[in-house]
Amino acid sequence: MIENGIGASVRRKEDNRFLTGKGNYTDDVNVVGQTHAYFVRSPHAHAKINNIDTSEAISSEGVIAVFTGDDLAADGIGPLICGVNVTGDDGEPHKSPAHPALAQGKVNYVGDHVAVVIAETLDQAKDAAEKVEVDYGQLPAVTDTATAAESSQQQIHTEAPNNICYNWPFGDKDAVDKAFDAAHKTASLDLINNRMVTNPMEPRAAVGDYNAGTEEICLHLTTQNPHVHRLVLSAFNQLAPEHKLRVVGPDVGGGFGVKIFVYAEELVVGWACRKVNRPVKWTSDRTEAFMADAHGRDHVAFAEMAMDDQGKFLAMRVKTTANLGAYLSTFATMVPSYLYAFLLAGQYSTPLIYSEVKAVFTNTAPVDAARGAGRPEATYLLERLVDVCAEAMKLDPAEIRRRNFIPVEAFPYQTPVVQCYDSGDYPAALDKALSLADYDGFDARAEEAKSRGKRRGIGLSSYVEACGIAPSAAVGQLGAGVGLWESAQVRFNPTGNVQVFTGTHSHGQGHETTFAQLITEQLGVPLENIEIIHGDTAKTQFGMGTYGSRSLAVGGVAIAKACEKLIAKGKKIAAHALEAAEGDIEFAEGNFAVAGTDKSMNIAEVAFNAYVPHSYPEGLEPGFDENAFFDPLNFSFPAGTHVCEVEVDPETGEVEIVKYSAVDDFGRLINPMIVEGQVHGGIVHGVGQALLEGCQYDSDGQLITASYMDYAMPRADNVPSFDVDYAPTNPPDNPLGVKGCGEAGAIGAPPAVINAITNALGIKHIDMPATPENVWRAAQLAS
Amino acid sequence: MPTVSMNVNGQSISRDVEERTLLVQFLREHLKLTGTHVGCDTSQCGACVIHVDGVSVKSCTMLAIQAEGCEVKTIEGLANNNELHPMQQAFKDNHGLQCGFCTPGMVMSGIDIVNRNGSDVSEETVRKELEGNICRCTGYHNIVKAIQAGAKNMGVE
Repeated sequence: MIENGIGASVRRKEDNRFLTGKGNYTDDVNVVGQTHAYFVRSPHAHAKINNIDTSEAISSEGVIAVFTGDDLAADGIGPLICGVNVTGDDGEPHKSPAHPALAQGKVNYVGDHVAVVIAETLDQAKDAAEKVEVDYGQLPAVTDTATAAESSQQQIHTEAPNNICYNWPFGDKDAVDKAFDAAHKTASLDLINNRMVTNPMEPRAAVGDYNAGTEEICLHLTTQNPHVHRLVLSAFNQLAPEHKLRVVGPDVGGGFGVKIFVYAEELVVGWACRKVNRPVKWTSDRTEAFMADAHGRDHVAFAEMAMDDQGKFLAMRVKTTANLGAYLSTFATMVPSYLYAFLLAGQYSTPLIYSEVKAVFTNTAPVDAARGAGRPEATYLLERLVDVCAEAMKLDPAEIRRRNFIPVEAFPYQTPVVQCYDSGDYPAALDKALSLADYDGFDARAEEAKSRGKRRGIGLSSYVEACGIAPSAAVGQLGAGVGLWESAQVRFNPTGNVQVFTGTHSHGQGHETTFAQLITEQLGVPLENIEIIHGDTAKTQFGMGTYGSRSLAVGGVAIAKACEKLIAKGKKIAAHALEAAEGDIEFAEGNFAVAGTDKSMNIAEVAFNAYVPHSYPEGLEPGFDENAFFDPLNFSFPAGTHVCEVEVDPETGEVEIVKYSAVDDFGRLINPMIVEGQVHGGIVHGVGQALLEGCQYDSDGQLITASYMDYAMPRADNVPSFDVDYAPTNPPDNPLGVKGCGEAGAIGAPPAVINAITNALGIKHIDMPATPENVWRAAQLAS
Repeated sequence: MPTVSMNVNGQSISRDVEERTLLVQFLREHLKLTGTHVGCDTSQCGACVIHVDGVSVKSCTMLAIQAEGCEVKTIEGLANNNELHPMQQAFKDNHGLQCGFCTPGMVMSGIDIVNRNGSDVSEETVRKELEGNICRCTGYHNIVKAIQAGAKNMGVE
């Protein structure tokens, strides 16, 4: 029996450094001689820049340089790019307006980058930034998602007529229309998916250090994907050749998607450190994070379902407008298209689906992937619509779901929207969740609450998501500019300990522990003898990073493949040392043994032989160090049912979550403790969206939620503790049998919470966030 | 530039600082005690919580010169050599941290909550008292469990 292997809730290897203040986040990195950067940002949502006068700033105390867009352009530093093409209904690629890292004659959102001041201290840089005189000619702003494409609106980019990035229809419209015409009953819903600011607790930061001797730039970044940053900054922004650019993502304090993207500040810091020939450090403050981090969600949609007389779904029709902000962020185009429409089948066998997505530009911060990315939007729309369908058919919400679930025997299941689901047992998760939530006892609890003047509601959400991103051929066909395999190197040192280099990146997920458990399980090496190394392009061979709950499902398999290579090579070495045939060597729990004998040697001894090959198989390379790449065959499809029970005070509109139960299918769990923590965090992210969070711009484009005093993050007293359980299935396409768990809660929770509130108030719908004011108004209208 | 003197994690220190230097800046930039973090600019997030004269303080709300003569304890000063403080150990045992960024503030606040509320502090009290510490990763479930577990082991009445 392997200790601390797969399935053990091992306490995390990374914790001691975080608990003792020894973490090493980007803002903790200090380089001798470093200078500090501060960005001059636009106070206007939309304006022409008539003139920038930097003369007073440049002569301020401590100032080394002040740069504008002209300086970047003069050095041939390219604009920021969007890496995924979406072909619109005009047959053309999506509209991609220029996205300069420092403004070129125009600003397009509050917080847009106008100039950068480099000074000896941060305070000096801030003082001088106040002295940069920018003469703006204000233009009308476009901020409203639903109306951004109307012809009366101000045009933002000449490259994008009517502020449209793309119109992207998907599905057989005629067949869907016919199914609606013939339906027994239809149900429909208008809904808004509220804009969120992702808000990892560590603000973004960058430290650039140029070595004039080697001509190498070393860039420490708050990144989820150091190699992707290096690739984009080299290939598209001309910052430096790939081999002369080192990107380090040290400890990163939460990502949730927002640290995937290549930002203006990162490019400018990388460029400026060479320009001034001094290290340059920049750390975002929280206000800047609200203004200039990529935001998430922001859809306005209309959804319809056609049903037969039993409540079976016959066809679904969805019209969505998605706000992409002022410019295209790195992966913006794919979020409301491939990551959204391809998930609209959910857990149901709806045979026909037609979706139209209109992606629009507005004078707001760029919008891109945020925890779940497209899948929360799809799930919210679908799971809210299903409850409206249940009401229309006078069916219990659990019952209508059960009638429409994809049957267990239908897996692998080809949906009408591209995806082919790997495995699932949706009724099992539903049953378990209902039991965990004591669904049958709800009516009595609601009665009791009523006696106290409160209204109880219970809401379900049965979600499915696509993780394990992604088969390279599939994403290539869709228009992605990269492959989405993962790589790993497993290196034994001569003394028998192991260093594992992974292309994924951990920013809270606990890879240093989970991946070590994989190695322990596979190679029998004790956990304390294993070190997981990630986040440095100078150490790790290559990698696509961490997002889309892909690290274990893709990166973990790459590690397992490298281990298999080590075992195969170890058998040759052991056979030679033990004077046996290679075919007679068996490997188990860290030992190579000659079958049927008591002759064996452990893997550390094999590693030593490989590095000290005094007596060694002829023709075999020395060394015990293997590399593997893994390109998945399919996405993985975690799924589950979440049940939320709320108590609403109709007098105040306050919503209390009194019980929250989640049953998920993540496939095999490596470290259940870590998985459960991911579920908790995801749920609260989703509860935040449902009850508290909402990014607001006014009609002039001013961001009116730019601090934690105006943007309500979930806090400890807003949420309960959770009941979490699992209903696992075995995904046949994944060699480790794993699916991914990092986003599930954020996907499952919002509709569960809103369904509970609509149930409590007996109303059709309430938009998120269901703040006390919104709930109170809805309660007044309902009574 | 005025000189400020204080005791930080048991060591007496003295430095020249600008008047406008915040205590958190002083700790991070002057003393290189980077375990105390800055997560916001409005004194909301609690990543910078430390103890000043035994009481929890958001170190972004104080100027360094206001700590003149004070006893300051940061996350770096909690563990006794390699032995974690009971609250640090409780966070590890209960998986009360993920990315680690809010963690130093959570641990320092947790200790203060227990000091003021005793070893039997309720879940409700912990949740209310944690209102000034924001975490995006954990959903608070395990942080609350950790503080209650730490409370049991801290030897506070």
